[in-house]
Amino acid sequence: MSSCDTTIYPVEFQVNGEKRTIRVRAADILLYTIRDKLGLTGSKSGCDNGDCGTCTILVDSLPMKSCLMLTVEADGKKITTIEGLMNSPVQHAFVQHQAFQCGYCTPGFIVNCQGLRNVHPHANEDTIRVWLESNICRCMSYEEIHNAVKDVFMKKEDGEAFSSRS
Amino acid sequence: MIPFNFEYYKPSSVQMAVELFQSLHKQGKKPMYYSGGTEIITWARANSIQPGSVIDLKFIPECNVIEMQKDKLVIGACVTLSVLSAANPFPLLTETAQGAADQTARNKITLGGNICGKIYYREAVLPLLLANSRMVIAGIQGIRETSIHNVFLQQLRLENGEFLVQILTDRGYLSLPFVHYKKRQIGNVGYPLVTVAAIKKDKQIHTAYSGVCSFPFRSLVMEQALNDSSIPLAARIEQAIGKLPAPLLDNAEGSASFRKFVLKQTMADAVQILERR
Repeated sequence: MSSCDTTIYPVEFQVNGEKRTIRVRAADILLYTIRDKLGLTGSKSGCDNGDCGTCTILVDSLPMKSCLMLTVEADGKKITTIEGLMNSPVQHAFVQHQAFQCGYCTPGFIVNCQGLRNVHPHANEDTIRVWLESNICRCMSYEEIHNAVKDVFMKKEDGEAFSSRS
Repeated sequence: MIPFNFEYYKPSSVQMAVELFQSLHKQGKKPMYYSGGTEIITWARANSIQPGSVIDLKFIPECNVIEMQKDKLVIGACVTLSVLSAANPFPLLTETAQGAADQTARNKITLGGNICGKIYYREAVLPLLLANSRMVIAGIQGIRETSIHNVFLQQLRLENGEFLVQILTDRGYLSLPFVHYKKRQIGNVGYPLVTVAAIKKDKQIHTAYSGVCSFPFRSLVMEQALNDSSIPLAARIEQAIGKLPAPLLDNAEGSASFRKFVLKQTMADAVQILERR
């Protein structure tokens, strides 16, 4: 059992392929550790309540709302943020389809879509719909976002490959 | 951010977790068991709870199993709703679990956490109430196994220092005919106006509800009314609704009168489908 008398804990994890070791309060939320301690500000703070999805990151390839995760829970995990998906097929599809307006929700949608590719490489329309329900776009770009995501999976069928840095 | 500090522990066995709780409690460190943690983080961020220490149960092997042991399905309390749905050992539980929160949140929310939560809805408990599941609970006295009906009375009632380790369900319940309806005010994600889960066993329909009152429940007197085939269905539903265990919920998701209207329709759909099966 690992335990400590104080409320400060070492956390060692891999973030976008880079090994990082930091010290955090047990009460620190992963979203703010990523933004404020690691300087990776692509993951956004929206509702801070697990509702909007703009803080979504990948933890061991699975999408997680980083506002609902303690940093200490990420010890030993592989984290991918939006910065780790630079030049990914998902990013390109969002640009190509102009799947954004203000762009605030875009990191969460892109990361979630990458998570969907990881878990369901051949996701069908129903699965795509269910996964996209985890994120909210206040600008109502849902049609373009849906088209971008569908495009990603159609292209993947054609053999396009990308490995996220995790 | 969470505006106070706490200590964090991750025991690797049931016994270590229980002993740790006792020790922290004696030291006045207000321990709290932690699984998915979504509700604890939400309440702590709002400063509505102030645990002095949290004991993360996710590293205890028994809390992470999904397996058949003889004629029982064993599900660890720390299994996430998305892992549970992917494994699909109990289709009604899968369908109910998929109605909670959203896909990404279900990667974090655990079955035990959903059952032990404080929000009104806690829908994952409905199939377990219908299947007369048994709860494996750890405490300082050791591990005990008891019917869900002994410990889930509006909420899971555990003694101080106890935690839910596993849920056991007889194989015979896993493949019974069932229906599950989750009716929301709008959209496909969010809290229910009414959730109805129902199974048919030995020609009797059993029902459990969330969103109707301020807690999830199964009511035997409501089931008796619904199964009284001597009177028309509409009258059976009226009688059943007259036996609700508490007032209809009246909140931002929907008024009590609207909920009653939706509940009647949903009960009629559930009974009509199951009576044909």
